[in-house]
Amino acid sequence: MSAFEIVNLSRRDFLKAGAGLTLGIAVPDALAQMAGPGQGGGSAAAAGTFEPNAFVRIGTDNTVTVIVKHLEMGQGTFTGLPTLVAEELDADWSQIRAEGAPADASRYNNLFMGTVQGTGGSTAMANSYEQMRKAGAAARAMLVAAAAERWKVAPDSITVTRGAVMHPPSNRRASFGQLAASAAKMPVPQEVKLKDPKDFALIGRRTPRTDTRAKSNGTATYTQDVKLPGMLTALVAHPPRFGGKPKSFDAEKAKAVKGVVDVVAIPQGVAVLANDFWSAKKGRDALTVDWEESGAFKLGSAEIMAEYRNLAATPGLPARKEGDLPGAFARAAKTLEAAYEFPYLAHACMEPMNCVVKLSADACEIWNGEQFQSIDQPEVAAVLGMKPEQVKLNMLFAGGSFGRRANPHADYLVEAAQIAKAIGGRAPVKLVWTREDDMRAGH
Amino acid sequence: MTTLNVNGKGVSVDADPDTPLLWVLRDHLNMTGTKYGCGMALCGACTVHVNGQPARSCSTPLSAAVGKRITTIEGVGQTKEGKALQSAWVENDVPQCGYCQSGQIMSAAALLAKVKRPTDAEIDGAMSGNVCRCGTYNRIRVAIRTAARNVK
Repeated sequence: MSAFEIVNLSRRDFLKAGAGLTLGIAVPDALAQMAGPGQGGGSAAAAGTFEPNAFVRIGTDNTVTVIVKHLEMGQGTFTGLPTLVAEELDADWSQIRAEGAPADASRYNNLFMGTVQGTGGSTAMANSYEQMRKAGAAARAMLVAAAAERWKVAPDSITVTRGAVMHPPSNRRASFGQLAASAAKMPVPQEVKLKDPKDFALIGRRTPRTDTRAKSNGTATYTQDVKLPGMLTALVAHPPRFGGKPKSFDAEKAKAVKGVVDVVAIPQGVAVLANDFWSAKKGRDALTVDWEESGAFKLGSAEIMAEYRNLAATPGLPARKEGDLPGAFARAAKTLEAAYEFPYLAHACMEPMNCVVKLSADACEIWNGEQFQSIDQPEVAAVLGMKPEQVKLNMLFAGGSFGRRANPHADYLVEAAQIAKAIGGRAPVKLVWTREDDMRAGH
Repeated sequence: MTTLNVNGKGVSVDADPDTPLLWVLRDHLNMTGTKYGCGMALCGACTVHVNGQPARSCSTPLSAAVGKRITTIEGVGQTKEGKALQSAWVENDVPQCGYCQSGQIMSAAALLAKVKRPTDAEIDGAMSGNVCRCGTYNRIRVAIRTAARNVK
């Protein structure tokens, strides 16, 4: 058992949290209200005001909202990370809610990736393990301090069990919600003591997923479900080959389709914008594009596989060197050889790629199954001529990823931003890739 | 204007007759529980009931839905099978990414309405058109069996 330092906690602007105990103050925005329970994209935080470990919000309604820094794409971050917080907080699992963190690598970076905010490589639980526990333990200590002050008793005579703060000698008890406002005024502990694993009540046991109910009754909000006032749906005619560009296009028939509002060129395609998906789809079907393919990728499956075979025959990069491998092979009584070949495959998430962008003169707001904030933010900003911090990313549930959303070029986000820019930001845009786009143009 | 019966209520929509029911539900009626996965009746994410039968709403034109009883994930909980299934889904923590699960539940509800105690083969047969990329198939089967026991 050891004590841990809470980095910079004392610098946090904690006293102004108002009603409710907030480790990292969060302001619900329109989307958080729109989104169902157990998710969000809210937690807008003014840049520079708040400090690391901004992971817990306890409301006067007795709910404990855990701000989850890792995308929920089916692997369970919206349950796993809250479990760590709830364990050290001694919360009751039924009072736990989960909400996606905003883009802010200063608070929500992946501790295994330096200053990078992103989800991948099976790191979500491992890098968060102590960080989330400390966040829960700090909140617990402040609730205890608030109760001790209220009841005029020693903090170490207070116990916390399943969301109940109690002083057994005097038989007094209070809920987190009843203590939240006072706890917010308590000093932030400089160090907290974490539990001995033998005392774990939640870690290592089964806790029901926080997102199951919403995902079983149709209320879970994915990017595909976001609808903003005046929003247009955009489908893009992509080039038949990667790297192709539109040379010219004829939008006359597309624009004649009822519901189609505009047709615009973007660097790698032509976007049809309409009031709804089906109109955009009919518009795109009616569009004719002449492609410039001089710079396009023209290799077929056979050539790609041949290239892989050649590469596989060259010496690889040693990850670890031990013993005499070539010698052992030469002396072996029997050697086995097998070749495994996999074709170039689409990731094929159940939710085809999509992205909602709302552009204004000095800001860009995005709704997305957001996996790599530290890539997506600067890539989108570059397209728009903005600073990365002007791009706000709302993390919604992702209908799968399998690596697709961790794209070093932020391809589909950039595409959505290009479309919003091409129409001068006059309406929010929801870019939707069809399944055919996903299969043919996936990265 | 076209009038539809969705989850027992009459609703009016202004959409072309060729518009797939999926997009009528999602874009015109703001009922987003029914999901778009492929648009070709290949994945099952868009499954709804039309007169009690499972149907892929992405490939059902509005014109074919007029005068029929349409049930979606938003309304299936009002049927005894749907209610039992949603409880069983929660009990067994079935979903992962969750995007296919509305369709899974709709297909399962249509099965239980027809077959009270389906065999594994009957479950597999009824669910074979619903794809789950996370691979929750085993829990789906368990939850359907749980629900079959609990339908009241």
